[in-house]
Amino acid sequence: MGTTPESQRFDRRKPTLLLSKRTSRLRRLVALAGQGLLLLITSASALAVLFIFYYIARDSLPFLWPKGFTFSDVLARLKEFLGGTEWYPSRTPGKFGAAPLFVASGLVTLGAVVVAVPLGVAAAVCLSDVLPFKVRQLVKPVIEILAAIPSVAFGFFALVVFAPLLQKKGGSILEVAAWVVGAPVLLIGVMVLADLLTQRFGEGLRPVARWVLVILLGGLAFLALRDIGNSLGGLNIGSGTNALNVSIILGIMALPTVVSVSEDALQAVGRELREGSYALGATRAETLIKVVIPAAGSGICAAVILGVMRAIGETMVVWMASGNAAQIPKPIWNFLMPVRTVTATIAGDMGEADHVTGSDRYHVLFTLALCLLLFSFIGNWVSEWAVRRARKKAGAA
Amino acid sequence: MRLETRKLIDRSFSGLGFVSIALLVCALVVILAPIIVKGAGAFVFRGTVEFRRMMVEKFARGDQAAVAAEVAQVRRARQPVYDMLASFEQDLNHMSFVERRKYAEPLSALKETLRTLFGPPPDEPKPVMPRDQYGQTRWDRAQIKLHHVLFIEEYDYSDPTKMGVKRYVLRKDDFEGTSLEPLFGYVEEHAEEMLLPRLTFYWRFLFDESKDAHFFGGIWPEVLGTFYLTVGAMIFAVPMGVIAAIYLVEYTGDNRLVNLIQTCVSTLAGVPSIVFGLFGLAFFINSLHVSHSKSVLAGSLTLALLVLPIIIRASEEAIRSVPRTYKEAALSLGASKWRTIVTVILPAALPGILTGIMISMGRAAGETAPIIFTAAWSVGKPLTLIQTLSEGTPALPWNIYNLSTEHEAVDEIRHVQFGMVLTLVLLVLMLNAVALILRARISRKLRG
Repeated sequence: MGTTPESQRFDRRKPTLLLSKRTSRLRRLVALAGQGLLLLITSASALAVLFIFYYIARDSLPFLWPKGFTFSDVLARLKEFLGGTEWYPSRTPGKFGAAPLFVASGLVTLGAVVVAVPLGVAAAVCLSDVLPFKVRQLVKPVIEILAAIPSVAFGFFALVVFAPLLQKKGGSILEVAAWVVGAPVLLIGVMVLADLLTQRFGEGLRPVARWVLVILLGGLAFLALRDIGNSLGGLNIGSGTNALNVSIILGIMALPTVVSVSEDALQAVGRELREGSYALGATRAETLIKVVIPAAGSGICAAVILGVMRAIGETMVVWMASGNAAQIPKPIWNFLMPVRTVTATIAGDMGEADHVTGSDRYHVLFTLALCLLLFSFIGNWVSEWAVRRARKKAGAA
Repeated sequence: MRLETRKLIDRSFSGLGFVSIALLVCALVVILAPIIVKGAGAFVFRGTVEFRRMMVEKFARGDQAAVAAEVAQVRRARQPVYDMLASFEQDLNHMSFVERRKYAEPLSALKETLRTLFGPPPDEPKPVMPRDQYGQTRWDRAQIKLHHVLFIEEYDYSDPTKMGVKRYVLRKDDFEGTSLEPLFGYVEEHAEEMLLPRLTFYWRFLFDESKDAHFFGGIWPEVLGTFYLTVGAMIFAVPMGVIAAIYLVEYTGDNRLVNLIQTCVSTLAGVPSIVFGLFGLAFFINSLHVSHSKSVLAGSLTLALLVLPIIIRASEEAIRSVPRTYKEAALSLGASKWRTIVTVILPAALPGILTGIMISMGRAAGETAPIIFTAAWSVGKPLTLIQTLSEGTPALPWNIYNLSTEHEAVDEIRHVQFGMVLTLVLLVLMLNAVALILRARISRKLRG
């Protein structure tokens, strides 16, 4: 430190450019302390997730390992919890077979994936590679609005609008849906298959063979579709609040996640790959199917996982519109039965259980939450790993 | 493969994309349309004289003299109905025991339906419950009830192989040949005179307390509760989130600690909302005892944790996108690091941070699962600020659930449910629209 000019030493209002040794040290100390405080606050928000884990696990322990239980008792209880099919927590002694709940969660999530993934990935492909920039700017807000609508509004729609509709007109809705989805897909399939099969014929026979094959395969496809449509149309849906209703709504709710994450992944694939493919004479569809989507594969995987997590963790829609019957559907893929998922059970049973705090009924709900939490941890890690891999791959290419 | 087939595949692939985007837009429209149309029915509808009478008596609102005149007018129009009932009861006294028994049940059913349509007859003492003091306040509901007066709903089980088929039978047929028969024609013809439906704009639906478990009145306690919860969550989440973002961007490099914190934050973002609810119950209420039982405070804290990752990420991105030159200029002028952050970087990043705050406010306002166990009461008065520390509150998302599943007369109050959903959806969409506009302005600024 140099000497401070006379004029400034006495005029305190003017800021000094140079610092004395003391103030410099003081400032550094203050800065260090401030930084420490910042670190503390930052890690507090990071520690929140550990707190959640700890408190959920702590409250589920009295169910999993009550006082006086031997190791084999615990195993038996775990076996009942994971494998038992009877969920009657309010009985004495309570029956805590959570298998129907897990099956229901899985079923509903599977349904949501079937709705959300094809639609979402197709929409993402269209957004990133087909639509012009201006249209994309118009579609993006739509997806954001869909993501912003509160889940209880979706649940209300499912319960009040969609369930009665499904109950009254469910069969015909499914029939129309089968035709709308099936007809174009089968038509294209028939054309492609006919083309592939004609390759086997001699040069002269090909035009005739193609037409014969198209008519033959097309007729078969039409008959199959008609049968499927008729059997769907004849379905009698006993209750509109069932797994199908919830699956469709959850699929719509998961769509924004799937679309935006997989679009990011598709955008991350470099231009060079696309241009290389075009240069080799591939059409856009071939480029996308054979080059871009495989290159973006791990990103799309992450999108699917995030969509699954969204569906599995959703509470209000399933609570309001799934029918809330703790049973394993018979047969297991029967989407028309009312079911009861893990999240709906936590939400629904806690109301009765929180005045018996400390009982098994109370702690078993924490055990269910622990399962959800573990699942979401795993899903999160896998999706993060996938995203990181996608990024690395895109960077390498 | 032939070129034509390849082209076909190419076209249909693009077509698939278009169809899925069209479906996406359709889904949005299909979901929003009934909510908007029916939700608007809570605010704008054809209110009957019963509505205006209820407003005068329960809310001391409206022109008392005019309503009194209207009440007198409808009473005159309704009098013949009650006269016919009275004279039929007179006739009953002269009938045989068998006939009297035959008419007893249909008569009481008829009286019941008339009571739900018009309210209690004029000579009866005032019932205790407000819902029993008035007839139908809305013309759309009144028409349904009128249908109940005229027709009996029956199930036809004559075909044993099928489920019962619903059909309607004229109620008039029960009273064929009696002095009560003309009543039905009279009621059908003069329904409008007896109820005087008039277009009503009930904007106070938002700001009225509910009377008698949402049978009448508005949704102010829910709106206020949602406001408290959302603002409370922001009070806790914004400082923490922004500070964490500052620390992550400005104070650390790319080391292990940061990676760990980032992983924790993204894991927090993936935790299902119902787990937040259980955590709030176990931690804030049962362990920290921030309040004796459910309270707005506990709910806000829980919601704050839920939106924390959104705020951290948005703020991080906003701070990262501030050009380096700003920071370097400030530092070269001799400003300390902290000063640079507070006076230069944060103002420049503010629109981005605000975008994150708006989106997370929308999220906090709409989340139900975290507040079920920590803050939500089914019924309650609007709270004062002090009460939020110790008491729970009704809130829009929870009461939508509660009214549409657990309320004693779910079908009677559909308009209230739709009104609530519309209010919540509009609130959330407005917050998101502000975020979108802010973001558009930022991107324009960055480009230009």
